Amino acid sequence: MNDKLYRFLLTAAALAVPIVCGGVVYALVTDAYAAFEHFGFLKFLTSSEWSYTEGAEQYGALPFITGTLMTTALALLFCIPFSLPVALFVGEYFKGTKVASVLATVTDLLAGIPSIIYGLWGFYTLRPLIMALNISPQGSGILTASLVLAIMIIPYAASLSAEFIKMVPNDLKEGAYSLGATRAEVIRRVVFPVAGSGIFSSYILAIGRALGETMTVTMLIGNTNNIPESITSTGNSMASIIANQFGEADGLRLSSLIAIGLVLFLITAIINLIGKVMIKRARIA
Amino acid sequence: MKVRTKHRLIKDKALLWGVCFFAALTAVPLIAILGEVLLRGYDQLSWSFFTEPTPTAYKAMKAIEAGEPIPGGIANGIIGTMIMLGMAVVVAVPVGILCGAYLAENSKRRFAQTVSYLTDLLQGTPSVIIGIITYIWVVVPMKGYSAIAGSVALCIMMLPLIIRSTEETLKILPASLKEAGLALGGNSARVMLRVQLPAAFGGIFTGVLLAISRVIGETAPLMFTALGCSFIRWSIDKPISAVPLLIWEFFNDPNLQELIWGASLFLLLFVLSLNLLSKYLAKKWNQ
Repeated sequence: MNDKLYRFLLTAAALAVPIVCGGVVYALVTDAYAAFEHFGFLKFLTSSEWSYTEGAEQYGALPFITGTLMTTALALLFCIPFSLPVALFVGEYFKGTKVASVLATVTDLLAGIPSIIYGLWGFYTLRPLIMALNISPQGSGILTASLVLAIMIIPYAASLSAEFIKMVPNDLKEGAYSLGATRAEVIRRVVFPVAGSGIFSSYILAIGRALGETMTVTMLIGNTNNIPESITSTGNSMASIIANQFGEADGLRLSSLIAIGLVLFLITAIINLIGKVMIKRARIA
Repeated sequence: MKVRTKHRLIKDKALLWGVCFFAALTAVPLIAILGEVLLRGYDQLSWSFFTEPTPTAYKAMKAIEAGEPIPGGIANGIIGTMIMLGMAVVVAVPVGILCGAYLAENSKRRFAQTVSYLTDLLQGTPSVIIGIITYIWVVVPMKGYSAIAGSVALCIMMLPLIIRSTEETLKILPASLKEAGLALGGNSARVMLRVQLPAAFGGIFTGVLLAISRVIGETAPLMFTALGCSFIRWSIDKPISAVPLLIWEFFNDPNLQELIWGASLFLLLFVLSLNLLSKYLAKKWNQ
């Protein structure tokens, strides 16, 4: 093959990515513009009204932004007690052993399960359980969605944290052991401080995943359009309101949904960017 | 002093057992989900489940009233998934490999670094937004939902995954491999095609398998692009069904709820075996 043609082909293929990304932003902005123009950008973000009575249409994103932030924060909270032990198990205690690779495979498989199946499991197993425990009368809601979401993000947080824990230099750990430290003390005083920023960044990326998760949340959050009062009440996330209403919407409502999509896109983009930059720094250090 | 040492040792043991306990607990949801889908779905799998399209709600209702199992299956979904996935793979694999090769070859350039960031951005974009975008790009201009739109959505989702795996595999190849090829007089195109890509084949192949297993279970991007269709259809410019879309339909239709578990079992087994296969191949080819 001609060298010039080869270079041209490679560059053309590389151009595909910026074109797609530019197209995403352009399409979202132009189609969301009508909603922002009608309600005003800040008003749209801070209004909690979502009604489509003809003539008095009123759309605001606040209930869904709140829903997304609540489910994500709770999911993160529930995921840490499991993902951190998994990371320590794979990256420190049983590093390189067969048990560790079995556990790593288990978490990989957890990451592979399609989100709609997580949703089904949450709906048919977890929801009745929550009703039986009298936590909430309808079973679905912020709490139920966050619990399943937490399981879904464990693999992302755990596998990346494990990678950073593995990278902690042995001589640092051995130095601490030689001073008489126990393993628990080595983990607290050496492993966490050294791998800390890497572990932190892996949780940021896990947040990025949780923010945009659609089907599971749609099936479990209860789909009501007001600001959730507590963690057991029902609500809607940005992704779930889109999944629920996009198909039947048109006009101003469609534009409002796309505007919510734009906000979601921007939030995940920023979170992911922060995570990636932190990871890069942690790897160099 | 002795008490203090004892205290420290107890703490050490406690952390070890705590880590083991909570780490083992993560296996519980996997077993619970697999178990539930298996137990509730295995008796629905039959030959006709894979060869017949979904029944109408009316037919299903009649069958439930008569106390018979619901007739029909998920053939329309399987065929739709295959068509859309096939079209997506045909575009995403060559473009992704070329783009990955560009990133690996020019990693110091400004443009390559920008592309690299944008690839991460695309990979982190929620799937429901890919659905919106494809709706705006394809469904609106074509004035209708179609298999083409669905495959565009899947293609956009696969692209960053393939780019990353290609780039990473090419980057870990020893530089001497490329240098030897160039020293023998091959130009960079020849060396890439005849030396580097074949050497990286294992990594790229497992990357493609993983990308397929990731998008095959996606529901949200197909809801506003492929829409769904209750009979077997081969044309690509009309609405079409997919296995995850069918699960979503069954979930929302009380008459069809019995079919959920068979379809989920099929999807779950397919995705997880693709996952395990790619992991196994990666291990084997790395040795």
